[in-house]
Amino acid sequence: MKISKHWLNEWLGYSLDTDVVAEQMTQLGLEVDNLTPAAQAFSGVVVAEILACENHPDADKLQVCQVNKGDEIVQIVCGAPNARAGLKTALSQIGAVLPNDFKIKKSKLRGVDSFGMLCSEVELGISQEGSGIIELSSDAPVGVDLRDYLGLDDDIIEIDLTPNRADCFSMRGVARDLAVLNKTELKEPEINVVPVQTNGEVPIQIQAPEGCARYISRVIKGVDAKVETPVWIKERLRRSGVKSINPVVDVTNYVMIELGQPMHAFDLSHIEGDIVVRMAKEGEKLILLDGSEAILDPGFLVIADQKQLLAVAGVMGGLLSGVQKTTSDIMLESAYFDPATIIGKSRKLGVHSDSAMRFERGVDIAIQAQAMERATQLIIEICGGQVAPSVVVDEVSALSVRKEVVLSVDKLKRVLGFDLPESQVTAIFEGLGFQPQFVDQQWFVRAPSWRFDIEIAEDLVEEVVRVIGYDSIPATRLLADDTIYPITETLRTQQSIKIQLADLGYQEVINYAFVPEKQLQQLGADHSVFALANPLTQDMAMMRTQLLGGVLENIKANLARQHNDLAFFEIGKVFAKTEEIVQHDSLIMARCGQAAPEQWAVSSRNVDFYDIKGDVCQLIGHHLQFSSSQLKHYHPGRQAAILSDERVIGHLGQIHPSICKKLKIKQDVYVAEFDMSDIQETLLPQWYSTSKYPAVRRDLSLLVPENITWNDINFAIKESLSEQINLLKSVHLFDVYQGSHLKTGFKSMAMALIFQEKNRTLEDKEVDNLVLKAVSYLNQQLNAELRA
Amino acid sequence: MKVNLKQLVANGVEQIEKATSTQVLDEVRVAFLGKKGSVTILLKSLGDLPAEERKAAGAEINRAKQQLFTAIQSQKEHIQQQELNAKLMRESVDVSLPGRQRIKGGIHPVTRTMQRIIDLFSQVGFEVCTGPEIEDDFHNFEALNFPAHHPARAMHDTFYFPDGHLLRTHTSPVQIRAMKTMHPPIKIIAPGKVYRSDSDQTHTPMFHQVEGLVIGENITFSSLKGTLSQFVNAFFEDDLQIRMRPSYFPFTEPSAEVDVEWKKADGNTSWLEVLGCGMVHPNVLKSGGIDPEKYTGFAFGLGVERFAMLRYGVQDLRNFFENDMGFLSQFQS
Repeated sequence: MKISKHWLNEWLGYSLDTDVVAEQMTQLGLEVDNLTPAAQAFSGVVVAEILACENHPDADKLQVCQVNKGDEIVQIVCGAPNARAGLKTALSQIGAVLPNDFKIKKSKLRGVDSFGMLCSEVELGISQEGSGIIELSSDAPVGVDLRDYLGLDDDIIEIDLTPNRADCFSMRGVARDLAVLNKTELKEPEINVVPVQTNGEVPIQIQAPEGCARYISRVIKGVDAKVETPVWIKERLRRSGVKSINPVVDVTNYVMIELGQPMHAFDLSHIEGDIVVRMAKEGEKLILLDGSEAILDPGFLVIADQKQLLAVAGVMGGLLSGVQKTTSDIMLESAYFDPATIIGKSRKLGVHSDSAMRFERGVDIAIQAQAMERATQLIIEICGGQVAPSVVVDEVSALSVRKEVVLSVDKLKRVLGFDLPESQVTAIFEGLGFQPQFVDQQWFVRAPSWRFDIEIAEDLVEEVVRVIGYDSIPATRLLADDTIYPITETLRTQQSIKIQLADLGYQEVINYAFVPEKQLQQLGADHSVFALANPLTQDMAMMRTQLLGGVLENIKANLARQHNDLAFFEIGKVFAKTEEIVQHDSLIMARCGQAAPEQWAVSSRNVDFYDIKGDVCQLIGHHLQFSSSQLKHYHPGRQAAILSDERVIGHLGQIHPSICKKLKIKQDVYVAEFDMSDIQETLLPQWYSTSKYPAVRRDLSLLVPENITWNDINFAIKESLSEQINLLKSVHLFDVYQGSHLKTGFKSMAMALIFQEKNRTLEDKEVDNLVLKAVSYLNQQLNAELRA
Repeated sequence: MKVNLKQLVANGVEQIEKATSTQVLDEVRVAFLGKKGSVTILLKSLGDLPAEERKAAGAEINRAKQQLFTAIQSQKEHIQQQELNAKLMRESVDVSLPGRQRIKGGIHPVTRTMQRIIDLFSQVGFEVCTGPEIEDDFHNFEALNFPAHHPARAMHDTFYFPDGHLLRTHTSPVQIRAMKTMHPPIKIIAPGKVYRSDSDQTHTPMFHQVEGLVIGENITFSSLKGTLSQFVNAFFEDDLQIRMRPSYFPFTEPSAEVDVEWKKADGNTSWLEVLGCGMVHPNVLKSGGIDPEKYTGFAFGLGVERFAMLRYGVQDLRNFFENDMGFLSQFQS
């Protein structure tokens, strides 16, 4: 909501600096979004009257005007179509400086002298749009500086109201809050009951009292809607961010901003019979004032007559029954619509409505009659007309009654942490119109009709503290809690895993959890996917079922930016919907490009299966087993299931080249995927004694058939030693070779066997026997030969 | 004979000190102390001396022998040291050549910031709690005192699923989950992802929050202010002014927004909104099964990206989710 400081000062009865107002508003909980001057800087512009206009002798579109600027009559050449004799407008005199430092000098237009310029609102920077020169009211004082006349040395304060502060959707509301802070009385405008001059009341039937507790209407006959809205109303509407339409509509908007009561004006000639306030019927339609078609359902409250719909109550009127410049008889509406009935309705219709914004948060139930008198008074002043009696229908039983709220001294202290004098608190409640009674260390309070947010003691605490100022609250310490909470030592935290991955060379990425459906299809998601009902875009329509898609996109994007050697990891939730909602943390590691940055001391090599496998073992442990797997999104010959205690805990491998091709990733990508819960558990270390005797190493170089795996050899060696297996401390492979000078169909594998006894030094002979045993078993079982 | 021996030693020492290689030194050693060396010959000639002189002469020759021996040893060490030095010099490397490099990894700046926040609160015993990202209406709204159709719901641009579930719009549902499983005193923080259907220069549809909740006896608005002011100063490692101002959240009353006085590049300061907070609304305590007559509590919620932007000077929020190495690598230290 935009607030003119001048207008606000009028309500307060004194003038505050804009900065002070802004600070006080902030303290009160009215968040200040923006401060802007009401008009850009300009000088030398006065109110002037066009006395006569003649066509320019050499230009069709120009007129030569004689203009009275108070101290003299000057000749001005003007191109505005609305320049005409008798019009009061704005004249930039010679020497005037307009916005953007535009200086006005004496000039010649097509041979005719011009001693200044008649200005439009756009030229003065008052408005963004509009055509023609400013039309001031006929009583504007000629010669007076325009800034003074229009009060342009004003500031516009834009505030952002939280949903609880419906009471501040008006000048009155904001001023009321400021007056409490400044401990002053509010200066209410004088609003009198307008004398009735004619009859012609329209009967009202409220058929939905739960939605409309009060409906006041009034007919005014013979108004002239063609007249110009007075400049002071126009200016105040402009500063409030409301467009001027016609004087009747302008007045209803003015009263809404002034008092907080949204109003509507109907063209009486379009109302047939009684007015009915009822719920809409399914599928009822109405073309609204903004030209859109509203298709309604029984949740909408409507204003109708005997034949047709006239308005969506509290939201927007119908186009047909709206007031036009040609309208002469009108019916004004000032009603109280229930917040719960109005809420969400403008959103549902997709229309912006200042009225609905107020009704859905709550309009003061005590001001409908006053607003009606105020609007009537302004309309007959501006447009003339005869006033008929107002018709008031109260469904009093439906009016909400404010309940009493109690706040104890003790509660106040318990919430705030400090004491406040009783008199100070009582004074704050009085200022806010809460009518407090202080009895037995308790305040008994009833919120005024404009407050919808006072229901419990804590609400009163906030009222007190926002008036005394949040700044005055002391900052104290929490009392120490000396509980020592246990830490599960065998549970690796996500953070520790992240740090380890970073140390292994992986960069963490964070991707959106929603992905395009296409991506899920490409990666062959086999879970039932979870689709959003209201995605932002189709590219963010589905919840991810794995982390792969996002990371592949990251790789693609980074390759495009010439970051070629990449290692990424992400930990995040993946989602699936089966019987129930599955959402659990998952880990992905992915690498592509070179295994190390290009450098002089390390020969370059692309990452391969064994890099990612090595990283996985480094991260999770060397106890893992790997067995072949058949996942579709992996290379069929370069993938494995990762097992721990014979349970699959993840997969790793090269992403299927055809997937990379589809994504235009020209590198081989290796990934590993896990459920976080499968890798966070570790064992508590248990000490065992180590041997003090020397270990013996024997190297074996074997020629083995190509199809034999390292697993086969490892297994066979262990099997060959049977009960002596405990002498074998470890086996590690240090060379694998395949080449033309080997026997066809064979490869060479070289390994070291480490033997050690716990209680004595092993003898060479013993070890030799063990090795012989292993070699002959390998030969028997796997057709492996010892290389010469 | 005496003169002869002295000269012999002097001559020997001179030759020893002149020797610059182990080979030459060995030749000198043989010449004096070898089987046919001059000192050895002298020793052998002892038998020609009368018995009463023999002992003294023997001792003298032995002393000379010892002198030469010591000189040889010391020269030998000297030569070896020089030879080693020369060898090491030949082995010297170009220290300016780059060391072997591996691919460098790092933690995402959002994680880094979140962990920093967690570490600060952990110091004083806040326990870390988490909750699901796909939530139900009860935990995300209803239990937090957002009645159906409440205008405050419109402030949360919520992503819904066809079955009525939603993506949590804040980490506050964790408050409810924590209250239901814990007993006061409760002191938790809940970091995590949250979602709002809003996307522009200053909003991303997914972002991170850290929620804080403290429930107990003597938990007041003053202690809330003290906690947050300490936290802000600790996080930024600076003595910053904070300003609390009234705001509105359905789940707290009184509610506040906290601004930090921030020094801008031009030297001026401005108030920047950094978090929302308040005293836990009694209805929320009741939803969590806690007696509002016995306990009070405060809660706060902050945007992690906002803190990361301020801390590291990141200008564009969207950088965080583009995952460009040019950006991410800046946080690898």
